[in-house]
Amino acid sequence: MDWMKIGQAGLLIMFIVVMFPAVRHWSKNSPKAESGDWKAALLPLAGVILFVALLISMVR
Amino acid sequence: MLKDREYMQRAGGAQALSAQAIQESVLATNKVLKNTYLLLSATLLFSALTAGISMALALPPMTYLISVGIAMVAGIFVLPRTANSGAGIGVIFLITGMLGLGLGPLLTMYLELPKGPQIIGTALGGTGAIFLALSAYTLTSKRNFNFMGGFLFAGFMVVLIAALANIFLAMPALSLALSAGIILLMSGFILFDTSRIARGEETNYIMATYGIYLAIFNIFINLLALLGIMGDD
Repeated sequence: MDWMKIGQAGLLIMFIVVMFPAVRHWSKNSPKAESGDWKAALLPLAGVILFVALLISMVR
Repeated sequence: MLKDREYMQRAGGAQALSAQAIQESVLATNKVLKNTYLLLSATLLFSALTAGISMALALPPMTYLISVGIAMVAGIFVLPRTANSGAGIGVIFLITGMLGLGLGPLLTMYLELPKGPQIIGTALGGTGAIFLALSAYTLTSKRNFNFMGGFLFAGFMVVLIAALANIFLAMPALSLALSAGIILLMSGFILFDTSRIARGEETNYIMATYGIYLAIFNIFINLLALLGIMGDD
């Protein structure tokens, strides 16, 4: 199964290399968050966390 | 007096033109959004079909790696070059079909677990609910989530490097943390991508579909992993 690990690693490395310019672009050109922006984004993400916790409790 | 009237007529005309331009822009945005959701539905159904075929044929586990590899190469090198032509539709169906094909062996493996069918059903329903809720939230709040771009891409890079390390470290706790992190990151990408489409910043519905499809696919497989690990006593 070692070649499977090597294949997976190769794909991930390729993806990291290809993604790097997009990461650099968005890190430099992302607009600054205004007041309330992070709150508006973290609210639904907190909802996702609670929902996933509920799903886990359903299958236990 | 005549000059005033002329000025007012011109101002009125400019206002009408501006209103018309805004209306055209809104219509174009709605068209991109509608086409994105239509193509997304079609590609998700196609993936379900290819996953079903893959399960029926009992394809071996290495199918996952091969098909994800083909889909990744097509998504990185072929799709951006064809997205503005009709060929882009064929390429997106090829990518999503390959990803569905890769899902087959994974689903077969989960079905063999004691609570397998329940885990798959819960992951499927959960993914649908997360996507619908986040999309509805973004579209109704009309917020601009572009500020998350730097954070999301940097976070994704960290997750990719950690996933690369975990291929060789094989730490279950890190796998669990990675799955949870990817679900949150992909949820963030749904907010980010949907906001870009709704605000008219993403005008190509094929690329928009690809972004949202990948977020849904990643949420599903990581939710499956999380429920598979946590659901086991």
